[in-house]
Amino acid sequence: MNLTLKVWRQDGPNDKGRMETFKVNDVSEHMSFLEMMDVLNEQIINDGGDPIAFDHDCREGICGMCSMYINGEAHGPGRGVTTCQLHMREFNDGDTIYIEPWRAKAFPVVKDLMVDRSAFDRVIQAGGYVSVNTSGNTQDANAIPIEKENADAAFDAATCIGCGACVATCKNSSAMLFVSAKVSQFSLLPQGEPEAADRVLKMVNQMDLEGFGNCTNTGACEVECPKGISLENIARMNREYLKASLTK
Amino acid sequence: MATGKGLFGSSLARKYWMALTGLFLITFLIVHLAGNLQLFGEGEEVRDSFNLYSKFMTTFPVIKVVSYLLYASILLHAIDGIVLARQNAAARPSKYVKNNAAANSGWASRNMALLGIITLLFIIIHMKSFWYEMHFGNVPTYMIDGEEIKDLHSITVAAFEQLWYTLIYVISMAALGFHLWHGFQSAFQTMGWSHPQYNPIIKGVGKAFAVIVPLLFALIPIVIYLR
Amino acid sequence: MDLNSQIPEGPLAEKWTKHKNDIRLVNPANKRNIDVIVVGTGLAGSSAAASLAEMGYNVKAFCFQDSPRRAHSIAAQGGINAAKNYQNDGDSTFRLFYDTIKGGDYRSREANVYRLAEVSANIIDQCVAQGVPFARDYGGLLDNRSFGGVQVSRTFYAKGQTGQQLLLGAYSALSRQIAKGRVKMYNRHEMLDVVKVDGKARGIIARNLTTGEIERHGAHAVLLCTGGYGNVFFLSTNAMGSNVTAAWKAHRRGASMANPCFTQIHPTCIPVSGDYQSKLTLMSESLRNDGRIWVPKKKEDAEAIRAGKLKPTQLKEEDRDYYLERRYPAFGNLVPRDVASRAAKERCDAGFGVNQTGEAVYLDFSSAIMRYGREEANIQGDHNPSDAKVKKLGKEVVEKKYGNLFQMYEKITADNPYETPMMIYPAVHYTMGGLWVDYNLMTNVPGLFALGEANFSDHGANRLGASALMQGLADGYFVVPYTVGGYLADDIRTGAIDVNSSEFEAVEKEVKDRLQKLVDNNGSRSVDYFHKRLGRIMWEKCGMARNEKGLKEAIAEIRALREEFWKEVRVPGKLDGLNPELEKAGRVADFIELGELMCIDALDRNESCGGHFREEYQTEDGEAVRNDDDYRYVAAWEYSGNPSEPKLNKEELEFENVELKTRSYK
Repeated sequence: MNLTLKVWRQDGPNDKGRMETFKVNDVSEHMSFLEMMDVLNEQIINDGGDPIAFDHDCREGICGMCSMYINGEAHGPGRGVTTCQLHMREFNDGDTIYIEPWRAKAFPVVKDLMVDRSAFDRVIQAGGYVSVNTSGNTQDANAIPIEKENADAAFDAATCIGCGACVATCKNSSAMLFVSAKVSQFSLLPQGEPEAADRVLKMVNQMDLEGFGNCTNTGACEVECPKGISLENIARMNREYLKASLTK
Repeated sequence: MATGKGLFGSSLARKYWMALTGLFLITFLIVHLAGNLQLFGEGEEVRDSFNLYSKFMTTFPVIKVVSYLLYASILLHAIDGIVLARQNAAARPSKYVKNNAAANSGWASRNMALLGIITLLFIIIHMKSFWYEMHFGNVPTYMIDGEEIKDLHSITVAAFEQLWYTLIYVISMAALGFHLWHGFQSAFQTMGWSHPQYNPIIKGVGKAFAVIVPLLFALIPIVIYLR
Repeated sequence: MDLNSQIPEGPLAEKWTKHKNDIRLVNPANKRNIDVIVVGTGLAGSSAAASLAEMGYNVKAFCFQDSPRRAHSIAAQGGINAAKNYQNDGDSTFRLFYDTIKGGDYRSREANVYRLAEVSANIIDQCVAQGVPFARDYGGLLDNRSFGGVQVSRTFYAKGQTGQQLLLGAYSALSRQIAKGRVKMYNRHEMLDVVKVDGKARGIIARNLTTGEIERHGAHAVLLCTGGYGNVFFLSTNAMGSNVTAAWKAHRRGASMANPCFTQIHPTCIPVSGDYQSKLTLMSESLRNDGRIWVPKKKEDAEAIRAGKLKPTQLKEEDRDYYLERRYPAFGNLVPRDVASRAAKERCDAGFGVNQTGEAVYLDFSSAIMRYGREEANIQGDHNPSDAKVKKLGKEVVEKKYGNLFQMYEKITADNPYETPMMIYPAVHYTMGGLWVDYNLMTNVPGLFALGEANFSDHGANRLGASALMQGLADGYFVVPYTVGGYLADDIRTGAIDVNSSEFEAVEKEVKDRLQKLVDNNGSRSVDYFHKRLGRIMWEKCGMARNEKGLKEAIAEIRALREEFWKEVRVPGKLDGLNPELEKAGRVADFIELGELMCIDALDRNESCGGHFREEYQTEDGEAVRNDDDYRYVAAWEYSGNPSEPKLNKEELEFENVELKTRSYK
């Protein structure tokens, strides 16, 4: 198939940026979206141009590095997929495809489609861990049984890949889904309990400092999340934060 | 404690206040509607009972206290809402060239600020027309059982006999309906009052409320206008 | 060269305890004056950086990704082994040790492997304490599954995302230390060389990938936790950024590269669909528990299938060749990875492949669906169910077990594996070879350590499933924190490393010159063009099966490719600022040199063992023939200054606790 691509180009965080138009021909429907981008870049290099910068690594939907806003949706039109898992069979011959970076104050553009998501790292550093030394001299792994339902819910929350699609999708660039997934994982496990109140206060505080917006509960993040992280996590974090604020 | 922000200042705290004031305003809507339903009726009896009800609502001390709470809630809900909306706009300085928001979220949920502003403007007009007149204006009076009563009923009926005024009402109630369509269940989510077993009930009640209450409010002027 | 493995004296089971008791310590006040560099933030890197920082060292950690959480350990699916014996099925430290040694075809070091088995149980304790949500049973206790090549259930898992959960656990421990200021994290930084001062590793040269700035970083020890080099084949299950550069630069600075030809080709991956393909996706080994692997018996059927005239479901049972069940009746579809991969290649080479490229075999779940369906109908009390009902029930059971994998397959191929058999083909997955390290995980360059997949030590010639995660975390959490101390005890008076020394200056200049050369080259071909050609040579001649002639050809072709690369490569953009093509170019240049060494190593090893199958050394029915008399050694290659003339040093392997046997799965 033949496609027209409208791609966001931006030299750096301080550049204003603009859309540029490219044509790509003979795209196979079996290609992944990123493979189509590889073809485009090869074409640009052969024409002596500057290839489009975009983040990508594992190309199997788990590292969370790829991050494109395709035709007005994070990771494109598919559900439950990252950009690297999106295949060209989702598009038709002659389509015009818009490709933009995640847009949020907290995610400044590094170049073109590449953004800086270190705000997420700083939110985790603020408290997204259990304070246990790595000596291995903890108690036996089976010493505390954990109700299967809670263990499964903790796992579901923990499958977040930190790609930032939630922020990109949210009309307010809110990071509530990301932050609440980590808060939930630990609040559902006995190991996370002792620090639960402190953790949620610190992580929310850092989230606010990073300049993410507020949650309007539109639910868009859950729909676009490639891992289907549930809005239940946001409700849980709201509960945890309220409890912590009232008691701490 | 880590932050010292507690129930003020953080993004979550601002949302709690939105939710709590919103829920309080929702309960007020029920009370207000209950009173207004009398306007569906006709004749002197209805006029008298409505006017007595109005007097009670403006003079009974407990109601007075609650009404101040109500004014505060409206103000807090509006101001907090404006602060949130401004922060949200600032969180995305560069907008998407193409954004297909309809693919992942409802229209009402994305336009709460707009709907809220329409509702606020309505409240201002509404309060000027009735609340202000009742408290500080020249409302004609008459006697019931030896007591001087302000005839709010005739002012109300007179107002709704004007087409433009009725139209403002109907449009505003539509805005309120959409605002509630999202706001009702959103408040529960914000407070963390969520449970897979009860969420469908909350959502169902919220949507029913969002349709029925504004519809009844809107029907009153329509019925009076057509009368 | 001195290849002293530093294995402690004493009985196997007591070596590690004894060593820990004997090793020298650094007191807390002195640790504060000692800097350690950790390169890579996968399981080994994150866990090592977190542990060392916690102990009091000043740690600088580097990763080329935008966050340490994205290292490719995150993609590991199946699980992590640990000798916990929670299932009471007779597991023990010795059994895990024995399975690993045997699975590795007797080409790994006994003492290292025993230590790995010994600390495995602690890994699970540690991870649970960190809040890693492992799968649990209804009693709330940890669940286990079985994996290939063993007879016990010792694999802990978190659905098909075990690597992700373990890495996020290590990442959270790392984040805690970053927050405390104990670790200084350098994201989007790529290590481009090691700096040696007086023969010891004293720092690295790194490029800030965002600004393009070349930076000097000094430290008293450098830990390379940079993963494997599977991307030398261009197509592999590795991430796009996975590369050998850090390890290769260490090699060029004197660290020996051990057994580089030992590559694991995983049998169940989604086949290549076209030239544009950038990577291959693994389908978990667990699928072979229920899937049956086959190709058509008749060539004309295979041709008809390839031409799209025949569907696999139309082929009658007697026209199918379940070749693994035919060749290996005892193990059937559950033979180890190397055996399964070679058997698939043999059938496809013989013309029985089933996709357009002729390089795919079927993995069929229809009999499993029917079998489970009948079982389920029985459970429901229906002893005479219709076929349709059996199928429906069976699909539900299969979905519960493998739903996410089936979904992943369908997303990529647009085929529904419940209705039509999956197509699979082997793909490069893991590299057992790596930097030579002693018992302390130190390379032969003092102060330079290698952990996880980057070293060679634990998996011999073939790695068992669910053992890579175990090794990464064992090295990082429980081994290196002790052994680094033993080395650094001499460094308490050294003081901060001066990065303005002539040694740093010289290496930095080399790095800059090379980058300059790449951008100035102005050739006519993109980096990927060369990478793809290298991959093709490696896959065809140093892949699942190798022979002398092919390897010699490959060596010549790679030499020519290296020359052509430096003449013809085009790297657009500049040195300063973000330049992904420049990053790739540097990595591919190193892969080309490594590829040659892999072929040289494969040519040297005149035997077939594990993932290394030399066609000259096989039995009449195509089984591997190992040569313990002549090749029971670790081939540690020393850089001579010319990539084509490496020097071979041998570390003889002693087996005192296991008997060397021929692996048989018949």
